[in-house]
Amino acid sequence: MSVLVLAETSEGKFKKVALEATSYAKKVAEQLGTNLVALTINAEDNSVLYNYGAEKVLSVKNDALKNFDAKVYAGIVSEAAKKENAEVVVIDSSSNGVYLAPIAAVNLEAGYASNVVALPESISPFVVKRKAFSNKAFNHTEISTSVKLIGLAKNSFGVVENNVSGTEEDFVPSLADSGISVESVEKSTGKVSIADADIVVSGGRGLKGPENWGMIEELADVLGAATACSKPVSDLGWRSHEEHVGQTGKQVAANLYIAIGISGAIQHLAGINASKVKVVINTDPEAPFFKAADYGIIGDAFEVVPKLIEKLKEFKANNA
Amino acid sequence: MKILVCISHVPDTTSKINFTDNDSKFDTNGIQYVINPHDEFMLTRAMWFKEKQGATVTVVNVGDASTEPTLRKALAIGADDAIRVNAEATDGFFVAKQLAEVVKNGGYDLVLAGRESIDYNGGMVPGILASLLGFNFVNACIGIEVEGTDAKLIREIDGGEETLKASLPLVVAGQKGVVEEKDLRIPNMRGIMMARKKPLAVVEPVDASAMTSSQKFEKPAAKGAVKLVDADNIDELINLLHNEAKVI
Ligand SMILES: Cc1cc2nc3c(=O)[nH]c(=O)nc-3n(C[C@H](O)[C@H](O)[C@H](O)COP(=O)(O)OP(=O)(O)OC[C@H]3O[C@@H](n4cnc5c(N)ncnc54)[C@H](O)[C@@H]3O)c2cc1C
Ligand SMILES: Nc1ncnc2c1ncn2[C@@H]1O[C@H](COP(=O)(O)O)[C@@H](O)[C@H]1O
Repeated sequence: MSVLVLAETSEGKFKKVALEATSYAKKVAEQLGTNLVALTINAEDNSVLYNYGAEKVLSVKNDALKNFDAKVYAGIVSEAAKKENAEVVVIDSSSNGVYLAPIAAVNLEAGYASNVVALPESISPFVVKRKAFSNKAFNHTEISTSVKLIGLAKNSFGVVENNVSGTEEDFVPSLADSGISVESVEKSTGKVSIADADIVVSGGRGLKGPENWGMIEELADVLGAATACSKPVSDLGWRSHEEHVGQTGKQVAANLYIAIGISGAIQHLAGINASKVKVVINTDPEAPFFKAADYGIIGDAFEVVPKLIEKLKEFKANNA
Repeated sequence: MKILVCISHVPDTTSKINFTDNDSKFDTNGIQYVINPHDEFMLTRAMWFKEKQGATVTVVNVGDASTEPTLRKALAIGADDAIRVNAEATDGFFVAKQLAEVVKNGGYDLVLAGRESIDYNGGMVPGILASLLGFNFVNACIGIEVEGTDAKLIREIDGGEETLKASLPLVVAGQKGVVEEKDLRIPNMRGIMMARKKPLAVVEPVDASAMTSSQKFEKPAAKGAVKLVDADNIDELINLLHNEAKVI
């Protein structure tokens, strides 16, 4: 028996979500009194995972796997899970993780719970807590199959060091026929994506027009943050759809979410509730966002944001 | 091209969420239901395929009779016919198994679904359905074109997008972007009148057991009041974020 985690890489390096998923899976393995096996695909340095509790790393190296393919990756996860006799399989909630998990669930005939935010609250029955109703509630879900698949929500557990001595084993899985080919991949370079960001700076209709986003980008720059926006802002074409946050857009589970000129409609809040600390800057003290935020400034963004940028630059210089 | 659009029937996005029966059941009292917003984008795209490429469009829901107004709304938007699988949607596997049966019986070659239902937020049904059927599957789709049996799709990835090629039969889970917000259709009077006469078939479920079950619900802990900082005292905000919240 074992617990298996897929530790995702990007250009050979482990993503933060991979380290989080590994940390989490280690605790699940402890709960079950078993070992943790990590599966990696084209990782440069597998020994990194020994610091987060992986006693064994199954390492797949194959140039044919350079482009992500959900069906092929799901096949590899399933083969590894069978080989290691895994009772629990943990997958992160990156765009690739949520794509491949349902396919792996079918391969493994495993009950699948997505958006899981905590360690299993009991092992028998096997019950996990997951987000539901767009962050407006949680659901406690029992998985009743012998193999269980957990999709771990981002930033819900954290990265926890746990040094073990590990071993690496080469793994040569058979590859499924894909049926899908990647024509091109476009990544906005040099920008922090909402999915990877610890801090997100978000602008709403209160900013009046796309020409005013310079200060939002500068604030994000100073903080090493990603930029985001409310739905009307992307519907009006001021910003691209990628940045639309909320119930019908991206989910943000950041450490810090700064909302500027956003009223705080229920659909917007549904997308950012999972963030740890929320700051609002708004001229209207009655804006609903003040009820959801931890810190707030009642004021005009066009005055407050430039000051904030300046003060943060000083702060960064003093704390470098 | 025979298109099946999977429609999830969900509480309106403004709904306040409450639970009853010792937090074991969702409180439907006063809740308005709508077509899952992601599904609405996919349905609108399906209308485009119908008008420009002569596709037929069927909508389907797995649910009890209370979901029929939602299916009628999809018919009023322009779908040709509707199917309701008469069963409670217990979990993703169960729903996907029912939908797989509908796809096999109807010979659909393009199945459109939403990225996730905004109530249960599983993001499970489309991927499981594709796997059960052995169809190709594209998730988080923000653009789709079909020529014959070849499809070109754009998928949203973390920090960008990728362009994919796949052939039918295909299951696509999508979201805003496949069409724009302004192109969503509001049913007009004529559409609503016509929808009344369109076929809505009720079929009984096939045998399938759920693999997960909901034990209970929980609301997030109430949060404390906001700390207001004076607009002239930005240093204080930075101090709080650094020393109290420890996020910068
Ligand atoms: C089905 C459905 C789904 C939806 N999904 C989403 C979603 O996913 N995400 C989302 O965001 N919305 C969503 N919405 C829309 C949502 O209801 C709100 O309309 C939207 O969030 C409002 O955006 P906003 O706060 O940018 O604009 P507004 O509501 O116009 O608010 C602008 C705010 O800026 C403030 N302001 C004005 N000037 C200044 C200034 N100089 N300085 C500082 N503050 C200023 C104002 O006081 C106001 O509070 C959805 C709606 C529906 C019906
Ligand atoms: N009960 C259902 N009936 C029909 N389609 C559904 C049902 N539940 C989910 N779907 C489809 O699957 C998508 C993803 O749902 P979910 O896996 O529940 O997040 C939805 O957007 C719908 O297109």
